[in-house]
Amino acid sequence: MGETPHRSADAGTGGTRVTESHERSAGASARLVEAPVSTRTPGGTGLGGGGALPRARAFGAERGFRGLTLAAGTVVLVIIAAIAVFLVAKAVPAIRADTENFWTFEGWFPNDSEPKFGIGALAFGTVLTAALALLVAVPVALGIALYLSHYAPRRVGTTLGFLIDLLAAVPSVVFGLWGREIFLRPVQDFSVWLNKYFSWIPIFGGEGPFGKSILLGSLVLAIMVLPIITSLSREVFLQTPTANEEAALALGATRWEMLRTAVLPYGRPGIIAAVMLGLGRALGETIALAMTLGITFNISFNLIQNGGNSIAANIANTFGEANETGRGALIASGLVLFAITLIVNITARVIIYRRREFTESAA
Amino acid sequence: MTTTVTSHRPRPAAQPESLRTKRLPRYAAPAIALAALLVAAVVVYGAGIGGPVLVVVLGALLYLVGLFVAAKAVEGPRAARNRTWSALIHSAFVLAVLPLASVAWTLISKGVERLDGDFFLTSMNNIGARDPNGGAYHAIIGTLEQVGVAALISVPLGILCAIYIVEYGRGKFAFAIRFFVDVMTGIPSIVSGLFVLAFWVLIVSPWFNDGRPSFSGFAAALALSVLMLPTVVRSTEEMLRLVPAPLREGAYALGVPKWKTILRVVLPTALPGIVTGVMLAVARAAGETAPVLLVAGGGAAINFNPFENNQSSLALFVYQQAGDASRYAPARAWAAALTLVALVLILTIAAKLLARRNRLGR
Repeated sequence: MGETPHRSADAGTGGTRVTESHERSAGASARLVEAPVSTRTPGGTGLGGGGALPRARAFGAERGFRGLTLAAGTVVLVIIAAIAVFLVAKAVPAIRADTENFWTFEGWFPNDSEPKFGIGALAFGTVLTAALALLVAVPVALGIALYLSHYAPRRVGTTLGFLIDLLAAVPSVVFGLWGREIFLRPVQDFSVWLNKYFSWIPIFGGEGPFGKSILLGSLVLAIMVLPIITSLSREVFLQTPTANEEAALALGATRWEMLRTAVLPYGRPGIIAAVMLGLGRALGETIALAMTLGITFNISFNLIQNGGNSIAANIANTFGEANETGRGALIASGLVLFAITLIVNITARVIIYRRREFTESAA
Repeated sequence: MTTTVTSHRPRPAAQPESLRTKRLPRYAAPAIALAALLVAAVVVYGAGIGGPVLVVVLGALLYLVGLFVAAKAVEGPRAARNRTWSALIHSAFVLAVLPLASVAWTLISKGVERLDGDFFLTSMNNIGARDPNGGAYHAIIGTLEQVGVAALISVPLGILCAIYIVEYGRGKFAFAIRFFVDVMTGIPSIVSGLFVLAFWVLIVSPWFNDGRPSFSGFAAALALSVLMLPTVVRSTEEMLRLVPAPLREGAYALGVPKWKTILRVVLPTALPGIVTGVMLAVARAAGETAPVLLVAGGGAAINFNPFENNQSSLALFVYQQAGDASRYAPARAWAAALTLVALVLILTIAAKLLARRNRLGR
């Protein structure tokens, strides 16, 4: 595991686990040093040679700097709160103006004189595409991560891992362009084939046309989140203590049994974190879906017919011709998206924080 | 003496047979693969249900089943499971490499088509649907300015925030900040775009602009800095924690105040790692389309001023050209995509190389 330089690449997962002890010792020593400085009375010379030390001032650089960093820290909380507040402030008037039920109406006509729009179909599309994408991407990503960490020769694994990291940095608009110009045709053929032989399954039914469908959108999404999940879980797998692996092998485990009993359980919190991050990415993905989905406003489980939509894709597609109420409606849909991702993220973080304490005390 | 040496040879054969597990011969796996492909081809073409792709897919499935059955018969169930999982893991790798390689290949082969001097030196101003030329100069300017301003905002803020978390923060408040920085990494880019739209473009900017909302590069920079902030904070935080405690203690022992220790000792030590994190954040921000689309508006003309009027960016340029009906638009879109990826990858690779040379190590 000679080099793992990309730990800072994605600041999300379990990164600080190793370094927790540093903080404590550094903090403890800092407190030791601070104590005599702050207890000395201003003006008094004190005992011994302490008179040469600088005095603690009420408005010195120390306090100023401390206040500055505190303010910067508070800004994070302020931003999160401000996002919620401003989105709500702009969304509420639009929802009031909505003449249909915001949650259940299937359609998006906020620019009419009688605005009608509903989030139901969009939220459904968002969740469906993200779930399908993860369903495809997670097993494959874990397979690649295991291959890179435990099957491939060291040198090949490192090189390919580096390449996968690079692919994780490719902007989503590029994947969208590729999905629309290149990947559309094979998916179209595949959809036609599926429809020909499996149309008795409702999700593959329909009369066509096929192509710009939920299938295409979620496959592009899967290809997009694949490098992210792979690179995060590969790092987690590489961190498995060699002693655990060797112990499993020494007990006569085959390589797969070693992976199943030593590597996968050790990496489980990291895998959960990686999958959750991928889910967050997939839920919030805008441009790739705006370029590959067929933009309809109905709730349908049909995967291969032209159609599908998501909250983020709808914002990107209809923002251009939106008026005052239209913008408000889009902001309201963004608020729903924000709430969904917030719930997913907080759940993921709580799981990770709990697991991290567990693994730390166990280690 | 020579007899004793040669007598070692037959010893493995002298071991009781039961101690050595039976293994599939070397030729078994390729033979099964070949047989699976043949059977698949016969089935597919015989029934007329598909083409060569289906043959390969069906062949792979048959291969997995055949391998499992053969290995189970000869080597036992545990080894069979091992072989099958190993084959699955390898095929996952192949399965994923295909589309990713296709993305890379298409990007390069289609991108170089329009990658000429004209592309880098002209804008899209007055370029109609029938004009084959036109370029991304305005978009490159926009990307650089927006990302630069975003970095100016988020880097100092992020570093100070990380310093608070690592050096000063104690108790619930610091924990809350850490927690919400983590949560913030998951905010979708479109939501940050909408936030800046609601806050800056629709509410604040009318004050400067005679009551009309104004789209600008600066608004895009604000949205991008919301996205960059958590990345900068987290990477800086990790690097600050890696700074050895004796360095700090040495400074304290010399009577250096804490703030000066942080600025003069801790930060310089952690600097390479922090720069790496910042570069990765910049690379991510440069590729974001949605916030720019919402708050910068996009535009065809060159606009050097990020505080006034619409600005475009490379990612937005790709999106707009991809949606354009002109038959010359796709080539421009691919060329811009290649430029964008090159920009992002240069930043990322530089960041990784810097991280590798980092003295603190990880």
